[in-house]
Amino acid sequence: MTAPIQLTAGEEAILAAYNAKAQSLPGNAETVRARDAAVHALKTNGLPTRKVEAWHYTDLRRLLKAMPHGQGNAIAEVDPILPGAAIFAVDNGVAQPAPAIAGVNTEQVSDALRADVGAYVPAFNGDDDAIGQLNAAFVSGGYRIAVADGQELDQAIEIQTRTGDTQAHTAHSVTIGANATATMVERCLTKGDAMLSAVTTINVKEGATLNWIIVQEDDLSATRLAKLTFEIAEGATVNLFVANFGGKLIRQEVHAACAGENAHLNFRAINMIGDETHCDVTLVLDHSVPNTTSEETVRNVVTGKGQAVFQGQIRVAQIAQKTDAQMAANTLLLSDEAGVSVKPELEIFADDVICAHGATVAEIDEAHLFYLKARGISDKAARGLLVKAFVAELVEELEDEPLVEVLEARIDNWLEAHG
Amino acid sequence: MLEIKNLHAKIAETDTQIINGLNLSVKAGEVAAIMGPNGSGKSTLSYILAGREDYEVTEGDILYNGESILEMDPAERAAAGLFLAFQYPMEIPGVATMQFLKVAMNEQRKARGEDELSTPDFIKLVREAAGTLNISMEMLKRPLNVGFSGGEKKRAEILQMKLLAPSLCVLDETDSGLDIDALKIVADGVNALRAPDRATIVITHYQRLLDYIVPDTVHVLSKGQIVKTGDKDLAKELEAKGYADIIAQAA
Repeated sequence: MTAPIQLTAGEEAILAAYNAKAQSLPGNAETVRARDAAVHALKTNGLPTRKVEAWHYTDLRRLLKAMPHGQGNAIAEVDPILPGAAIFAVDNGVAQPAPAIAGVNTEQVSDALRADVGAYVPAFNGDDDAIGQLNAAFVSGGYRIAVADGQELDQAIEIQTRTGDTQAHTAHSVTIGANATATMVERCLTKGDAMLSAVTTINVKEGATLNWIIVQEDDLSATRLAKLTFEIAEGATVNLFVANFGGKLIRQEVHAACAGENAHLNFRAINMIGDETHCDVTLVLDHSVPNTTSEETVRNVVTGKGQAVFQGQIRVAQIAQKTDAQMAANTLLLSDEAGVSVKPELEIFADDVICAHGATVAEIDEAHLFYLKARGISDKAARGLLVKAFVAELVEELEDEPLVEVLEARIDNWLEAHG
Repeated sequence: MLEIKNLHAKIAETDTQIINGLNLSVKAGEVAAIMGPNGSGKSTLSYILAGREDYEVTEGDILYNGESILEMDPAERAAAGLFLAFQYPMEIPGVATMQFLKVAMNEQRKARGEDELSTPDFIKLVREAAGTLNISMEMLKRPLNVGFSGGEKKRAEILQMKLLAPSLCVLDETDSGLDIDALKIVADGVNALRAPDRATIVITHYQRLLDYIVPDTVHVLSKGQIVKTGDKDLAKELEAKGYADIIAQAA
């Protein structure tokens, strides 16, 4: 036994919140044990510091100074990004009744937590899984969504996570049935002094295709700690697109496994980071069987005192021959105080694979800028055009007209505010 | 229209003096050719006119329609009617040529207090101008200058010049990298823009371009100064005798 650590204000706040809330959180005896175990882990080890490899560039212990203790304010529903999408609303951690969709079975995580059998047991994955620990301790609700085998969903599902001046902890588990096709949008709308932890576990069965789009438009005062886990079965494809536009402290973890032959992950992220935002996108990808492919492209635009972090780890198992993984992280730094930390990691145990990674950090090309200005385009508009070109390339590859339009409008708004 | 008075300029970073007391005056309606050997300051002069920050004017002035442009940034100069056709047009990935043209035209209109163009009007203007320059609409959907051949890049420059309708055109080595057919298309484009209220400065190393764009005046640039001025015959003389002779005579 080592001596108990000296808790920080943030850690004290977590324990105080747990003591205050534990009684009212949903759960049977098994859930309570799981919650207690998570809190115990947090109390014993504290939040991760930069000495913990997975958190080296996001020192959570230093950055998470408090936990909001407000009761929460309602945030109004907004139009879905994809026209006609079904809205699944999670208000301050409470999942509202979901609209019925043919071929989709939806249940509440809160019901599962209370059920006699362990339908949903909060869990975390080791000492460095701070998001898992926090979420396991406090999770109050979310959806269990199952798309039936062979179902091609015409209607997109948009999960609107609306959190106002409080802390909320959500969990979703999603199954996309064999040969099914689905598009799901995670919309993060956080306002005021708010903190959200979100754990989402997704199973994509044989031959299925899932488009998962995260659009984060949180207030500059918001903290969002999110962990997304994919298991991609044989012949299945996941197209994951992450767009970060706000927040104070954002950590988006993606843990993915290409677990069946011919599984494919296409991961793209655009992170528009300004003001004092710290935005961390961390990817851990396993190619665990032969003949799987993945592409990972991350573009950061950083200005003000913004800090961008991208950690991309690709692990290729010894049996995973013919893996093809292509990772690139490109960053545009627009101000002197903006910063970026990029850590690409390849861990390859197979000998017949194609794996590549590249990282670039650049400023706006002065020669390009001069050319545009020499055509009468003002400095601000010219910079905007060049920055937009840098990220729009990824957006346009989505080939989904309404989605491209919405994201480009968000980029324009961000540029207008940060130009 | 343009009056350059005793201009001295250097490369801002290295303090290397490039322009050393240059005087030049170009009237409305005039086509002036500036010729000179490599390193005489031709391209530098074009960049200084357009307002590139890499160069610093240390003495003298540039008057455009009677007013100094030295304090104006490149966008302001462009909106005021100055256009530089680049020797090496920039390739800009991710910016579609059409989008760029629309932004440029509307930004200039905005700066002059005019209304923005409607999309149909804009497309009509581009279609007309592109047709005469043998530019396909397909090419204009591509990112600006990316993967364009040398000829396509120069034609795209002239297209921009046509659409932006400047009153002072500066063409920097527009003939470089062009075969004779491409040269004719570009020259026709420039000649079509000749007008009593528009002046053109053609910067070139070779006399060849001046067979197609016939200048009213020819100026020889050497070591950052205009050392000799004449009419179109001076260009022919340069071609026949070479720069060394003429510059030696002038000195």
